[in-house]
Amino acid sequence: MLSNEEVRAKVLDIIADIALDDDVSSIKDEVALRDQLDLDSMDFLDIVMELKKRHKIEVPQEDYTKLASMKSCVEYLAPKFNA
Amino acid sequence: MKVDTVIIGAGMSGLAAGIRLSMYNKKVLIVEKHTITGGLNSYYARGKRKFDVGLHALTNFVNPDDRGKPFNKLMKQLRIPLADFKLTPQNYSLIQFPDQKLKFTNDIDFLISEISEKFPSQIDGFMNLLNHIKNFNETDLSNETVMAKDVVRNFISDKSLVEMIFCPLLIYGSAWENDMDFSQFVIMFKSIFLEGFGRPEGGVRTIIDLLLKRLGEVGGEIRFKAEVTRLITKDGKISAVEINGGEIIECDNVLSSIGLPETMKVLDAEPSYTPRPGALSFTESILITDKKPRDLGVDATIVFYNNRPEYLYQKPQTLFDKESAVVCFPNNFKYDHFQDDYEEGVLRVTNIANYDLWNQELLVSKENYKAKKELVFEQSKSILRACGLKDGYTVAFKDIFTPTTIKRYTGHFGGTVYGSIDKTRNGTTPVAGLYICGTDQGFLGIVGSMLSGISMANLHVLQGSSS
Ligand SMILES: Cc1cc2nc3c(=O)[nH]c(=O)nc-3n(C[C@H](O)[C@H](O)[C@H](O)COP(=O)(O)OP(=O)(O)OC[C@H]3O[C@@H](n4cnc5c(N)ncnc54)[C@H](O)[C@@H]3O)c2cc1C
Repeated sequence: MLSNEEVRAKVLDIIADIALDDDVSSIKDEVALRDQLDLDSMDFLDIVMELKKRHKIEVPQEDYTKLASMKSCVEYLAPKFNA
Repeated sequence: MKVDTVIIGAGMSGLAAGIRLSMYNKKVLIVEKHTITGGLNSYYARGKRKFDVGLHALTNFVNPDDRGKPFNKLMKQLRIPLADFKLTPQNYSLIQFPDQKLKFTNDIDFLISEISEKFPSQIDGFMNLLNHIKNFNETDLSNETVMAKDVVRNFISDKSLVEMIFCPLLIYGSAWENDMDFSQFVIMFKSIFLEGFGRPEGGVRTIIDLLLKRLGEVGGEIRFKAEVTRLITKDGKISAVEINGGEIIECDNVLSSIGLPETMKVLDAEPSYTPRPGALSFTESILITDKKPRDLGVDATIVFYNNRPEYLYQKPQTLFDKESAVVCFPNNFKYDHFQDDYEEGVLRVTNIANYDLWNQELLVSKENYKAKKELVFEQSKSILRACGLKDGYTVAFKDIFTPTTIKRYTGHFGGTVYGSIDKTRNGTTPVAGLYICGTDQGFLGIVGSMLSGISMANLHVLQGSSS
């Protein structure tokens, strides 16, 4: 059973690899990722692809919006990590 | 053999697509008919000298600390650190017409001041055009086709200024004669006038080596001397490709970078439409000289030379058009203390040329063809003089390529560099599972073709399978 903190850390690892040029240590959980980092829709696809590759987690296209902020990522992904 | 995706062509777009797909564990095979990678953008050696084909300059220049620019985004998608390109910016480029010259650098303010000085009545219009361009989403795949000159004339009334602005953009990125689609115009305008030119240390090799290294890291495979001779369909869907008239490779998808008419030609089914090859091809003279251009009075990086009041970007009725050229001086990028990585002077003169006429010369005889290449070379020296290069240098080596050279090495019908005049912006074809990337998807040039490979791989293979 992964805690929310652990889920957050795994998501952060992925984001850090994609947003190469950004400092991810100061991400605010409530604020949209797009507004804090240099991420566009191509990069969100990469987050989805990395989730699948590293953790075998599938995110269907209609759920992409659930990845908008760190907080919504953790809420949406925690059950999937623990499934 | 069975793979997820066969990519046809190991040019810039095929390599970029191959990296993206391999990154996400797709089994990919890139098949390339030639013995080396790069396609239109490659390199070769004669004796101890190394030559670049293609690359005069890399568009979309970025400084090491720039963020969020198109080239940053592309390299982020491929996970290639930007610093590895060791980009050097241009010194400046010159658009040289009979009565007027415009200089531009990688800082748009420079061009703005040139225009306000030389075309004072047009500067307000130009500023409005700039605003329109900055707010336009040129890579939206659903944009409608609108002719760019019609749009630009709404902002700029001076005919010769319109011609001067279009000149570099047409020759660096239009498959159409004399005009281009407005989205493509905006892509080219941003990549050349707003971002600018640079050169990676080591030229084309550096780009190709970085792509190959990355492809190796993620486990992508390339097969050389593997020409696709047939695309095999089953119930209207792609099912396999045939290599060199024999071996069959089964696959779910094909991404083809060889051009739309060229792809349709190898399709086993009767194509439901026939895309038209473009009309534009080029000759290029490469001169290696004992002196560097700077010592012969030229410090421009690229000169867009045109000796007519208007700029004729069209298939000439002669072997090549003597009245216009792109002249590139790779020694003249803004290297630290002018220390470039060439030992000698390198001068490249590119002319618009007529493929059919060159092909006829070749059919007459090889000697005849060679004699005609000499004419291109002689003319290039006059053009260099017209660009301000002083006499008093000796040519240590020269090489001339023609439209038939391009055809032989890349397979593009008619020796085109910018492909068919019929593009498929979203990459789809009448056949399910068969997609076009690169030149005939419509994003042109080195940066454009990588963007094309990445976005078509994302859209049709990765997104297609993640949903
Ligand atoms: C003289 C010249 C100067 C240029 N200067 C610049 C510049 O300064 N800046 C810039 O950005 N761009 C420049 N370009 C344009 C740039 O080179 C191209 O736009 C870009 O390389 C296109 O890449 P591509 O992957 O779409 O196609 P290609 O490079 O054409 O790749 C297609 C590949 O498919 C292979 N192939 C063909 N048929 C088959 C088959 N049946 N089976 C298997 N493989 C096949 C070919 O061998 C080739 O390797 C220049 C081009 C030329 C010729």
